[in-house]
Amino acid sequence: MRELKAIRNIRLGIKTLMLHKLRSLLTVLGVVFGVGSVIAMLAVGEGASEQAMREIRKLGSNNIILSALKPTEDEQTSSGQSLMSIYGLLYEDEARIRQTIPGVQRTVPVKQVRKEGRLGERALELRVMGTTADWFDLVKRPLLAGRILRNADIADNASVCVLTEAGARRLLATEHSIGQTLRIGTDSYIVVGIVGTEESGGNIQTPDQQTDAYIPLSVAKERHGDMSIRRSSGSIEAENVELHMIIVEAGQRENVERISSAIETMLKRFHKKTDYHISVPLALLRQAEATKRTFNIVLGSIAGISLVVGGIGIMNIMLASVTERTREIGIRRAIGAKRRQIISQFLIETIVLSTIGGLLGIALGLLFPWLITRFSNMPTIVPAYGIALSVCISVAVGVIFGLYPAVRAAKLDPIVALRHE
Amino acid sequence: MTAGLSSSPNPESLVVLDSVQKHYVMGTTIVRALAGVNLTIRRGGFWAIMGPSGSGKSTMLNLLGCLDRPTTGTYTLNGNDVGSMSDDDLSDLRLRELGFVFQSFNLIPQLTVQENIELPLFYLGWDAHKSSARASELANMVGLGDRLGHRPAELSGGQQQRVAIARALSNDPSVLLADEPTGNLDSATGEQIMELIVDLNRGGKTVILVTHENDIAAHARTRLHMRDGLVDRIDGEA
Repeated sequence: MRELKAIRNIRLGIKTLMLHKLRSLLTVLGVVFGVGSVIAMLAVGEGASEQAMREIRKLGSNNIILSALKPTEDEQTSSGQSLMSIYGLLYEDEARIRQTIPGVQRTVPVKQVRKEGRLGERALELRVMGTTADWFDLVKRPLLAGRILRNADIADNASVCVLTEAGARRLLATEHSIGQTLRIGTDSYIVVGIVGTEESGGNIQTPDQQTDAYIPLSVAKERHGDMSIRRSSGSIEAENVELHMIIVEAGQRENVERISSAIETMLKRFHKKTDYHISVPLALLRQAEATKRTFNIVLGSIAGISLVVGGIGIMNIMLASVTERTREIGIRRAIGAKRRQIISQFLIETIVLSTIGGLLGIALGLLFPWLITRFSNMPTIVPAYGIALSVCISVAVGVIFGLYPAVRAAKLDPIVALRHE
Repeated sequence: MTAGLSSSPNPESLVVLDSVQKHYVMGTTIVRALAGVNLTIRRGGFWAIMGPSGSGKSTMLNLLGCLDRPTTGTYTLNGNDVGSMSDDDLSDLRLRELGFVFQSFNLIPQLTVQENIELPLFYLGWDAHKSSARASELANMVGLGDRLGHRPAELSGGQQQRVAIARALSNDPSVLLADEPTGNLDSATGEQIMELIVDLNRGGKTVILVTHENDIAAHARTRLHMRDGLVDRIDGEA
């Protein structure tokens, strides 16, 4: 019975609003755009942050990535006229970090050389990475074929290599090439496996690249040494770098920040120049989360303002409607409607109005991100909570801004209301 | 004496006013719209309340219609002491005991004929099926059975007043209160409306009519003349 009455009330509300279709539509426009922009902005923000989070997670949130950095020219001149630049991470650094900093689970040293890889007719410049088996644990990528490097390979100085997908495709084309011999520079390696890579995007550099070849560190040390010579436009540049990268894994996430500052202190003590760079994915993650929070606050404020404006628009029209329908209110009261029945009638009308606005807003809020993704390739995610939130907000706007006009309607003296022209 | 009235109402005395005064504050002066009215209306009566403007006619109507409460004195409607009631109780009393017919019809424009007739039933909480049966029964009675889906604006003045009468009857009230029901109609149509009201009274409905026209008041069986907030004289049946 009661429910039936509520449904009848809602039907009556819709009917009354349909009498003035254009006016009702214009009235809810504020809510439509308010809700629409909330959802659209949430979707864009959520999409951007999801993308950033994914990028950062590719680096491993428990990892700290140290990389060799060639010092700038001015710093270099202090080392005299020599054309040889000595910089980068040292074998000792790796040992010291592993042995003296508590909480460090594993370290992965990497020695990097650029060499041309050749397989039959095809050739491709590869980034040759001399590393250990742990690399594949810390930089988790899917194994597409064959196997990864093993500890035994390192111990045995085995001439084996693992290629990355893109490199493999361009050199070998298929997974049948597992077991074939690849020439890197002047040396031969047996291809034992192929791993996938992650596309690095934005300003985040993943430790792996599209055209990597992973070989045992011991082999890299033995065949390439620490010195590399590059000839370019008549001058000779020589570099001496022991390690190009060290990936440090913290046992627990809570320790990541403490370990990274301990590493920084240690490196500062042992390196005269700043010839290294420390990158902490977790810090980036935290930063991205903080940015997202700020973004959400800004977003919330904009949405809040537009919804208040929308609500005031609705209140304005409802007040006008109460004045316009004073006589109707008088008639209803004379017939025997109680004050609260008048309140609920007008409140239901406002809620119906704002909910319709909210639903139109949701439609707009779904359309916008879709258009954005379609035409700009920006990822957008419409979060379910955003839609639920919008519906709640629309109803709340209706209640908050409808209450005053409804109470005013109910407070009218029926005698005065009946006499109203 | 007043306590006796409300505790053991005479079933024949539907409306009882005992020394009713109604005062209004207008700026700094107090206007005594009703200056002590005693009146008893029996069930089944047909009264016309007459008088020049300012005589207290409208105040009487508002009071009898339970839209207002007396300042002093008691008003008892079908055994209910109106003066002591809350706003909600008064609304309930109007809903159960009264039917209003106004000079300007006062139908709700966005509702159809049927919905207008059903309005009191809606507030009484009747279900849709029962209400619509009642509405078409009443519409047939006032001769508008084929206009249920029309809106007030699509009807003539006489037809609108018929709908208003049907609405006033839908809750089967003890008293039908009519405020200048023919005031906005031409005399021929007004006459038809009066015939309908007379018929209703013949059927047993208590009718109180407020008018300043003698030929309209002539349809009533009792005429009450008011002057300066007091009952001047009563003629016809007592």
